[in-house]
Amino acid sequence: MAKASLRDLDYKVLQQCMHCGMCLPTCPTYISSKLERHSPRGRIALMRAVADGRFEAGQDLAREMNYCLGCLACTTACPAGVDYGTMFETARAETEANHSSGGPMRRFYRWLVLEQIFLFPRRLRLVGWLLRTYQRTGLADWVRRLKLPYLLGRKIGDLEPQAPGMESPFSDGCIAEVEVPPAGIPVRGRVGLLSGCIQSLAFGSVNRATADVLLANGWEVVTPRLQSCCGSLHAHNGAPELARRAAKALMERFELDGLDAIITNAGGCGSHLKHYAGLFAEGDLATKARAWDAKVKDIHEFLVGTGFRKPRNLAAESESVRLTYHESCHLSHGQGIRNPPREILRALPGFQLVELPESDLCCGSAGIYNILQPEESQRLLERKTGRIAGTAAELVATANPGCHLQLARGLQQRDLPVQVVQPVVLLAEAYRREVSP
Amino acid sequence: MTPALRALQDIVGPGGLLTDRVDLIPYSFDGTAELYQLPLAVALPSETAQVAACVRWARENGVTVVTRGSGTGLSGGSVPLPGCLVLCLARLDKILEVDPLNLTLRAQPGVITKEIDDEAARQGLFYPPDPGSMKISTIGGNVAENSGGLRGLKYGVTRDYVMALEVVLADGQIARLGNACVKDVAGYSLKDLFIGSEGTLGVITEVLLKLLPRPAARKTMLATFSSMRAAAEAISAIIAARIIPCTLEFIDQTTLQCVEDYTRIGLPTHAAAVLLIETDGHPAAVADEAARMEEIVRRHGADEVQVAADEAHGAKLAMARRQAFSALARVRPTTILEDVTVPRSRLAEMVGFVSETAQRHNLQIATFGHMGDGNLHPTFLTNERDLEEMRRVHHALSEIVDKTIALGGTVTGEHGVGLAKKDYLKRQFDDASYGLLRCVKRALDPGNLLNPGKIFDLEPA
Repeated sequence: MAKASLRDLDYKVLQQCMHCGMCLPTCPTYISSKLERHSPRGRIALMRAVADGRFEAGQDLAREMNYCLGCLACTTACPAGVDYGTMFETARAETEANHSSGGPMRRFYRWLVLEQIFLFPRRLRLVGWLLRTYQRTGLADWVRRLKLPYLLGRKIGDLEPQAPGMESPFSDGCIAEVEVPPAGIPVRGRVGLLSGCIQSLAFGSVNRATADVLLANGWEVVTPRLQSCCGSLHAHNGAPELARRAAKALMERFELDGLDAIITNAGGCGSHLKHYAGLFAEGDLATKARAWDAKVKDIHEFLVGTGFRKPRNLAAESESVRLTYHESCHLSHGQGIRNPPREILRALPGFQLVELPESDLCCGSAGIYNILQPEESQRLLERKTGRIAGTAAELVATANPGCHLQLARGLQQRDLPVQVVQPVVLLAEAYRREVSP
Repeated sequence: MTPALRALQDIVGPGGLLTDRVDLIPYSFDGTAELYQLPLAVALPSETAQVAACVRWARENGVTVVTRGSGTGLSGGSVPLPGCLVLCLARLDKILEVDPLNLTLRAQPGVITKEIDDEAARQGLFYPPDPGSMKISTIGGNVAENSGGLRGLKYGVTRDYVMALEVVLADGQIARLGNACVKDVAGYSLKDLFIGSEGTLGVITEVLLKLLPRPAARKTMLATFSSMRAAAEAISAIIAARIIPCTLEFIDQTTLQCVEDYTRIGLPTHAAAVLLIETDGHPAAVADEAARMEEIVRRHGADEVQVAADEAHGAKLAMARRQAFSALARVRPTTILEDVTVPRSRLAEMVGFVSETAQRHNLQIATFGHMGDGNLHPTFLTNERDLEEMRRVHHALSEIVDKTIALGGTVTGEHGVGLAKKDYLKRQFDDASYGLLRCVKRALDPGNLLNPGKIFDLEPA
């Protein structure tokens, strides 16, 4: 469980690292810098030095911890089972709380985004609506042509085109609160669907596809309206108190008892959603969170675990499209889910799955890392799109909105005619084609 | 920054010198438990000439030099000394040439060991030494420590594959030792002096390695036993049957459980001991050896023998074994790994002694190791903050070392002496040979600036 300061952390968590170095070759920032401070064991050494009183939790630590992607590749590589995630979140919380992480401007934006927008689903939807209007009316083109965003500072100017494209309709507009499987499909149970924050605005269609594949496999789908952010953004960015608020609010939206599982389709959210218990001290909320954690399932994990129906191969689909798969860090490293998405992709008629070299190396999206650390993020993105180009695939599948947006941007920069899709979308399409080819 | 450090900065260029605390703390240790020391600075040269200039700078300024690669050593060989300059060679990371006619590979010292074998594999060739840390250890570090690995039984150790070295000497001169000739008796074999010298005699800046044709077939199996003794006897029987498999690894139950907790590949954790056996070579020979070994281990009480379905599964089993040491850190906060080695015929006795010692001192020791070559890794699972327990650990260690020497063994088979085994080396060496170590050091590094106090002290304490 993350604490407010490294000194409060159970020392055993810090001591668990025996600095063998097995994490180094899998750490994106070590790979590109070859500097120990940018490696997991180097960062752990710094955090342990803080706990020992040999080093200050000041700007140097903050800079280093903010340079870490939090991709958790190190936890996959670590034979000793070091809980890097907890240390990382604690260090970020401590350097945020003591204001080592940045000046008043950064604090203002952080307050605005984390505290004033992402905790309030209606405000978030308003922002989404404004953004969509801006993007759809041609206003964006004019604003960009006049370089208006640069009036707000160079950083905003550079970032403006990176704003995710908002889909129409949003998630709540295309999924009913309760949906039941079509006639002829026996009902196996009832699941809740997490619509996510960014996912519900930028990828309403992915949520729709998720509901569709669940329905096609006999699951009743309950999707509460106006769900708030799950709080993963807050937890990873040193705001544990806000993460607790977000978790509490989200849990209240679901009637746990009537649900066999709660389904998430975003890798980054899933890895946080499964660990709500760690946010709360013992008590009713902790009990509730434990029950919640046990029910949260990633969509791919759930489909494969409960046995999903393979789409029928239609004669027309003898031609095969090359498809590759990029792993979301928090799906593979955070949740250990590597095979299920591939199993789904392999089950698709008309597609041929080819492995992507370094498929589990971070693409540089990493939450809001691409905004805070654009240079390192860009290096990783170029490495990733280079690998994708090497596979000669026409499609790259990934199961996280952050990765999806990042890859799409990178492929566009390279002028590569590769489409980014999410596995459930392909599966939903395959089911649809069975009915009307 | 002092004028001296500014001069050093000029040698290695921007970004090549680290002096801030945030940069130095991550270089204050290697893979060894209990040893931490902040250096004065870390230099990251990117070419041989810079290394030589750094060494000359150190001599002019009376600063000691500790060379390191990835810092995965297990005896403290690359742990900094107070006020030293750490020379990190991670940026000298190019494979310079693969010569398919002479079967050699030339590389800079910072190349990762596994990349050497991967590059060789692309040409159908093979670099056999495979230390547990091969995914991240550097070839320069391997040569400096004369690292072993899982294939030592059949293929030997790093030394057996070094044909030539480029070395920066203590005075900053660059020496080229050895060549690509299989036979070479011109003068003393000076390259051999530097192999396993743990950074005390010079800085290795280039290596020329011997490669072999890649074995066409490989078969891996796992045999479980209900006692450690039965496993040890099965090994003796394999060797007695005139079979030299490439790998003959032993894993006890504690280690097995930890490895399974990490890898989740379905290891037989109920067994008291497991042998990982691998044979490689011509397909017919591999099939024959595998069948004979399976019969031998069954005859010697193996409860189950699991043969890897394919090469990928076999590689998974071997990789699981490579994680053994780190996986053991799951049990207790501090993991102290030993490296005692005895003649093969004394193995069963040594294994028995280790478990008796653990009981006598009420300590937890997990054991795994390269049974085929007599190299054991008894690993203490303890807590460095529990001073009373640590005293018992050091007592037990001392007894294990004495027993090893009494059995005609060595205090370190493949990890090196460094700081961790310095005290034990004295017990193993007689006065004449110990004196010879000092004599060589004085001749090659008269200023005692290169990793001083590692392996042994120059002056009697």
